[in-house]
Amino acid sequence: MQNIELSTKDLSVFYGEKQAVKGISLDFASRQVTALIGPSGCGKSTFLRSLNRMNDLIGGARITGEIWIGNENINDPKTDVVLLRQKIGMVWQRPNPFHKSIYENIAFGPRYHGIRDKKKLDQIVEESLTKAALWEETKDRLNRSALSLSGGQQQRLCIARSIAVSPSIILMDEPASALDPISSAKIEELIAELKRDYSIIIVTHNMHQAARVSEKTAFFLMGEVVEYDDTSNIFTNPSDKRTDDYISGRFG
Amino acid sequence: MSAKTADKIATAVIIFFAGIIVLIMAGLLGFILVRGIGHISFDFLTSPPETIKKGGGIGPQLFNSLFLLVLTMLITVPLGLGAGIYMSEYAKPGKVTDFIRLIVEVLSSFPSIVVGLFGLLVFVNVFGFGFSLFSGALALTVFNLPLMVRITEQGMQSVPQAQKEASLALGLSKWKTIKSIMLPIALPIILTGTILAAGRVFGEAAALLFTAGMSSPRLDFSDWNPLSPMSPLNPFRPAETLAVHIWKINSEGLAPDAPEIAAGASAVLILMVLLFNLLARWIGRLLHKKFTATK
Repeated sequence: MQNIELSTKDLSVFYGEKQAVKGISLDFASRQVTALIGPSGCGKSTFLRSLNRMNDLIGGARITGEIWIGNENINDPKTDVVLLRQKIGMVWQRPNPFHKSIYENIAFGPRYHGIRDKKKLDQIVEESLTKAALWEETKDRLNRSALSLSGGQQQRLCIARSIAVSPSIILMDEPASALDPISSAKIEELIAELKRDYSIIIVTHNMHQAARVSEKTAFFLMGEVVEYDDTSNIFTNPSDKRTDDYISGRFG
Repeated sequence: MSAKTADKIATAVIIFFAGIIVLIMAGLLGFILVRGIGHISFDFLTSPPETIKKGGGIGPQLFNSLFLLVLTMLITVPLGLGAGIYMSEYAKPGKVTDFIRLIVEVLSSFPSIVVGLFGLLVFVNVFGFGFSLFSGALALTVFNLPLMVRITEQGMQSVPQAQKEASLALGLSKWKTIKSIMLPIALPIILTGTILAAGRVFGEAAALLFTAGMSSPRLDFSDWNPLSPMSPLNPFRPAETLAVHIWKINSEGLAPDAPEIAAGASAVLILMVLLFNLLARWIGRLLHKKFTATK
């Protein structure tokens, strides 16, 4: 039995009257990649964004149910979301580096969280960039603007930025879908590396990608989880007809 | 008519209008500069005006304009930034926020003479600041605040949501996100607004007639104690600005060279605004580079 990093109990998200996520209970194992797949508008991104309370930013969004990390229910008004978000990193579909230098993009978070020592910061920058397989390409131009990097490099920078504040979980919302095939392959390699240290939950539209990178897969449809199982089972021997239809490309 | 011809005609018409605008602008600017620039000399810029004799200068007025600008901006910028950030990031969308926004809009279309009379009533009389730089600065703040608030709000709103989310997702507080991520990106827009507001301070006369007054005491430029009544730095002394001086000398000037002085002062005013614009833009670019590491 594996350690559970994060689990949701009866989690629902409402946008005004519309219910986008319908009472989902899932357990996410630590140091594994879990893929969330499903057609557009099935609620998988909304579900992902509620795990670090990002939906709080959207006016009119209401989240009910429980999200457990360790023995803390983080979907509680008393939870310090600022602290919480340090523990849960996030990577978006479009790379969104800060309009700052490459170095600053990484050092910004740790410095805010109390690391002032220049040597220590340098070390974090190097480690994070190395982990994100970007150090070799950027070590000679750390002071250049992050916007001077290519899209794929920017995305790896964003991954480096999120691991610099040492989270235990990383949420990824279609991290490779806006990138070219080569950059996309690099991101996948990176995910395979990162799962040794982090628990990764990834939303993806690319089923091959889900099959390649994840251990577990959850299939979302209309705000519900139809099936949640080992990735190999989902793709070779799904137990639900709708899962079979979706992964064999009959809809979605 | 084919699409291609229509496109050509539209392009020609647009270029024509743009040309007219450029001509008008260049004509106006050229007229003022050509008429006035010959009158500008070191003496003209530094000596005090004469009432009935020839050869008066605009020294105190020039100083007053600059000092009033600094004073007004010291009040307007923090207030405007604060209110603009509040409107954009903290105010919950709803009736109250919409109402505040409406008031800001209404305030921004106030005629400046009304702002001047309001200043006379409230700042000069009720609060007892008298005809003073301080009253003038407050009146100009009333006049400029809406612009500043709106521009700040627009600047903050122009920051991509993804930047904000990225910062919050790192576990940064809202204030840190606003200060270190959003404000640097919004800076060019906010700066443009500030320059516009500053330009209005330079050019404004009507709102100042009844607040900062139409005369200057005999300034003693060797006395820099802000508390002494003859000091140029005293914010509670009356102060005639350059724009007010131009208006006054044109309407009731007794000096024989009044038209030349007015022309010279107008040219100086325009050059000052131009200089200020360039300087502010340059500083803004520098700051933007520093914060965002763009080269």
